[in-house]
Amino acid sequence: MVSDEGATLQGTTTREGFAVLGHAIRREPGIFVLSTLGSVLFAVLTVADAWVLGWSTDNVVIPAFETGEIGTGLLWTVLALFLGVAILRAVGIVARRLGAGIMQYRMQAHTRRAVTRQYLTLPMEWHQRHPTGQLLSNAYSDVEAAWGPIAPLPMALGTVVMMVIAVIQMLLADVVLAVVGLLVFPAVVIANLAYQRLASPLMTHAQGLRAEVSEIAHESFDGAMVVKTLGRESEETARFAHKAEMLRDVNIRAGRIRAAFDPTLASLPNVGVLVVLAVGVSRVTSGATDAGDVVTVAYLLTIVSFPIRAIGWLLGEFPRSVVGFRRTQAVLAATGSMEYGAARIPALESGAHLAVEGLHYAYDPAAPLLKGVSFDVAPGRTVALVGATASGKSTLTSLLTRLVDPDAGRIAIDGADLRDLERGALAGSVALVPQTAFLFDDTVRGNVTLGADIPDEEVWAALRAAQADGFVAALGDGLSTRLGERGTSLSGGQRQRISLARALVRRPRLLILDDATSAVDPEVEARILASLRAGSTDTTLVVVAYRKATIGLADEVIHLENGAVADRGTHTELLGRSRAYARLVNAYEQAAHEESL
Amino acid sequence: MSTTATTRSTSAATAMDSGADIGAMDTIRRGVAISPELREGLGVTLLLAVVASCGQVVVPIAVQQTLDKGLNGPDGPRLSYVVWLGIAAALAIVVTSLASYFMTKRLFTTSERGLATLRIKAFRHVHDLPLLTQNTERRGALVSRVTSDVDQVSQFLVFGGLIFVVSVGQILVATVIMVIYSWELALVVWLCFAPLFMSIRYFQRKLSEAYGVVRHQVGVLLGAISEPVVGAAVVRSYAVEDRTQHRIDTAITDFQGASVRAQKFTVVSFSLGGISAGLANAGVLIVGVLLGFTTDMTAGKVLAFAFLVTLFVGPVQMGTQILTDAQNAIVSWRRVIGILETPADLVDPGPDGQELPRGPLDVTFDDVTFAYPDGPDVLSDVSMHIDAGTRVAIVGETGSGKSTFAKLLTRLMDPGSGAVLLDGIDVRQIAQHSLRTSVVLVPQEGFLFDDTITANVRYGKLDATEAEILASADELGLRDWIDALPNGLETRVGQRGESLSAGERQLVALLRAHLADPDLLVLDEATSAVDPQLEMRIGRALERLMQSRTSVTIAHRLSTAENADEVVVVDRGRVVQRGPHSELVTQSGSVYAGLHNSWIAQHTG
Repeated sequence: MVSDEGATLQGTTTREGFAVLGHAIRREPGIFVLSTLGSVLFAVLTVADAWVLGWSTDNVVIPAFETGEIGTGLLWTVLALFLGVAILRAVGIVARRLGAGIMQYRMQAHTRRAVTRQYLTLPMEWHQRHPTGQLLSNAYSDVEAAWGPIAPLPMALGTVVMMVIAVIQMLLADVVLAVVGLLVFPAVVIANLAYQRLASPLMTHAQGLRAEVSEIAHESFDGAMVVKTLGRESEETARFAHKAEMLRDVNIRAGRIRAAFDPTLASLPNVGVLVVLAVGVSRVTSGATDAGDVVTVAYLLTIVSFPIRAIGWLLGEFPRSVVGFRRTQAVLAATGSMEYGAARIPALESGAHLAVEGLHYAYDPAAPLLKGVSFDVAPGRTVALVGATASGKSTLTSLLTRLVDPDAGRIAIDGADLRDLERGALAGSVALVPQTAFLFDDTVRGNVTLGADIPDEEVWAALRAAQADGFVAALGDGLSTRLGERGTSLSGGQRQRISLARALVRRPRLLILDDATSAVDPEVEARILASLRAGSTDTTLVVVAYRKATIGLADEVIHLENGAVADRGTHTELLGRSRAYARLVNAYEQAAHEESL
Repeated sequence: MSTTATTRSTSAATAMDSGADIGAMDTIRRGVAISPELREGLGVTLLLAVVASCGQVVVPIAVQQTLDKGLNGPDGPRLSYVVWLGIAAALAIVVTSLASYFMTKRLFTTSERGLATLRIKAFRHVHDLPLLTQNTERRGALVSRVTSDVDQVSQFLVFGGLIFVVSVGQILVATVIMVIYSWELALVVWLCFAPLFMSIRYFQRKLSEAYGVVRHQVGVLLGAISEPVVGAAVVRSYAVEDRTQHRIDTAITDFQGASVRAQKFTVVSFSLGGISAGLANAGVLIVGVLLGFTTDMTAGKVLAFAFLVTLFVGPVQMGTQILTDAQNAIVSWRRVIGILETPADLVDPGPDGQELPRGPLDVTFDDVTFAYPDGPDVLSDVSMHIDAGTRVAIVGETGSGKSTFAKLLTRLMDPGSGAVLLDGIDVRQIAQHSLRTSVVLVPQEGFLFDDTITANVRYGKLDATEAEILASADELGLRDWIDALPNGLETRVGQRGESLSAGERQLVALLRAHLADPDLLVLDEATSAVDPQLEMRIGRALERLMQSRTSVTIAHRLSTAENADEVVVVDRGRVVQRGPHSELVTQSGSVYAGLHNSWIAQHTG
């Protein structure tokens, strides 16, 4: 039963594998035809090689030895035939392999472009549901796996042609010898299939173990500091070694199978040649055939036997390819792009008017996070959003910048519903500085301007307002310093300040700070807040805050509790009338008070 | 004259080795030194390889014998001779196949064992690298060195190495047999292949360069792909989709271009072999026929030679192919070896290491200076003493050097000059295990492993029982927090602990530190704000954790400085003020007074 299932599974994989190749062929027919022609040329000429040898044997070598004389013309013909075949064959190899390579890399590029376009189009909700590691491997290793069989494809197709030609040639030379030789092909194919059947499960297992080894390494290196400070290097190494040794053992087991099949596959054609010789000699004895035909058949067998395995390589790539293709297709098939309208926000100098009406939002329908949030912020005002952890403040900021759309309710900027705005319109007026700063692998300038045409003086001014001018000036190349992957060369607080400058340089009409200075030292934060207060007279400002200094910047405080606005007013008013609010913001002082008791 | 052929072969072979890349041979030598398994039983494996490669000439000899003696012999075709010859050849095939089986099996076993050793050694060494090196390397690059790079080497050693050994064996055997048959024809074959052998060096260099570019582009591509994923929110909120896509497209195109370029060199170098083969075939037939007029050359010999040439061509093409792949593998191998050759600058004193006594430690900084490579001094001539059992807060502006104190105390880095002493012993003289037991750092970001809370806190004490963990939680006042979690201690924390909030991650880190029960606790206080109520809980747990030990806190909060026995104020790499908070705060115009004012401003608004 199990083997039956295995067979069905294998059958499906083979069919799907061909379907994947079909996609590639339809997408890149030109280069496919070129490489296949190259392969066929190679195949034909490989067989022609045998024919040239046979012809030379019968018409040049044997007559020459029998008669003891040879014409120069014949010798030149031999040279021209062999060399011509060889050069054409080299052309065939170049066309086949380069063609296959180009086709493979083009398909990789097509899929990578399509997949990354999806990443940029799909809504944030989709991103939140998919782990980073998975998306990275979808766009890199899955793409590579999906198009893996393109490399051996032309060779395998050429082999089929070669086999057909070889069979015809053998039949033409001598039917009986050809039949003997023909038995070799199915034997090689069967041996190959048996090998795939035995080795595939081990290969799959090894692939899984490789992923586990990689995960452990990733996590362990991520936590290198903890490992080091607690002196747990040996335990971590043992954890890694356990999986690495399992991988080693599976690979050794797979190796044993290969060790058994390699010589088997290699000797089948050899045995065939021996049988052909024995039968051939008996037929020469009986006068049924001549020596040249025996040579031709034997030679054809030896040269065709190795390429037959290309078919095995092609089929062997299928399981990986099918899995990779399915995974990339899942990304491409994902739907839910954000719809945009045609409205624009008037380009005013003054701050934007923000209206939030009856906002509902839930990540999990069973536990709604926002349950009817409504508030209104007049142009140029500064409002602080205050609430306990997980009260929905960050979610609210992503709704305000339309990273996600609400389940119900609406958000309007200067009267325009965010969903009616045309693509990119919101970013022209609204800037969000998130809790966790994200920097691009680019220069400081590139990270602040994001490609917009902004003069350096304005970049410096924004950096100054974000208190980042000092350390940026101290970097090797100033604004032109490259920050490296995700800005790893900077501290958390420095990254936050660059991210803040990115928002400020745009002079947004609505600026939203989601606890954007959390990793900045208090005295630096104080200076940032001072410059924000000084410069934000015509900007509407919404800040998510814990610290009193940040709250103190606000004209008004909105206290979020249980997914709704619990109260709204100045900090002093709320302190006076809301015990929950007072408890929240005074926790520091309370702690200090309790200590002193 | 047959020596001429052999000499040629040797000189070509030398050119191949040294010419391909001296560094390559060096890499293999070092690689084998790291994984001695690779050398195990190599003699026997080579012997088997020689026997196995003999298998490849069994059939051509049989063909030649058949043609010469069975078919065209003086007595006409002799069937019984051919049958007996066939049986002998079949037996030879069985023997050589068995040799091939054992050789492959042995190669797989030794290679995989050797590479597992390499992988594990490299993994361990990454943890032994200085913090600075760990932090400057891209995580992905470090991971790929112990994963895909090792796999690359494995592919080469197992498949390439094995086939290369066989190929070289076959080339030699084919050459020897060719020479035995006819040294003149053997010379013709070698002459036809000479241009190929001489061009190998050039192609190897080109390939090495081309694959170097490909590998670099892979890194760029991975970085570009990660931007729309990791930075999804930023890309959207700034509407820079087009720019991001453009950056990705450029990386994709560059990678494609580099790959195709490398493929071109591979293909051209490979196709040259075929042309040489055609030349050799023609040469053998022509020279063979001509020789027939003057020597005892027979038609059978010439035809057998044609077979021998295919046996020569096959392995030569294989060998060229493997040398191409080897470029990839060697660079990968070099990258893994590169990890092991990066010095672990914090050397464990080993058996000479001293053990720290248990109980609160005192700390001495003796004229300590520290600078990052090529950077200015972060700490200059710092000397200070901290009494055992006291609670010290180190404060200072960003970039003042205060975090460096924590790293020097926990020996994540060593000072450039001067010494850090614990109980009078230079930390460099203390055995690592003793230091890690007595001194524990709680870093700013409480990194957690993707496992349960229990598993994570056990990093502090490997054999901690659940009862012990709960008792610790009680002592820190965290019991009700744990009870409120969905699965209590068995709650899984997610990747990097991200299922928990930042504050909760800190609680787990504190619990972990409490179980570790250090004598010197070094805390890098988290700056990121959490909900004040959680913050209070963290504060209380910290208080209890610091009891009855020496503690040094890199402080970012006023309350921490206020509660410390002593505050050390750092400014531009020097200690500028020291004393209790109540005293320092009165020194108007001082650095501390400035810090204090900004704290006050922050919390009163």
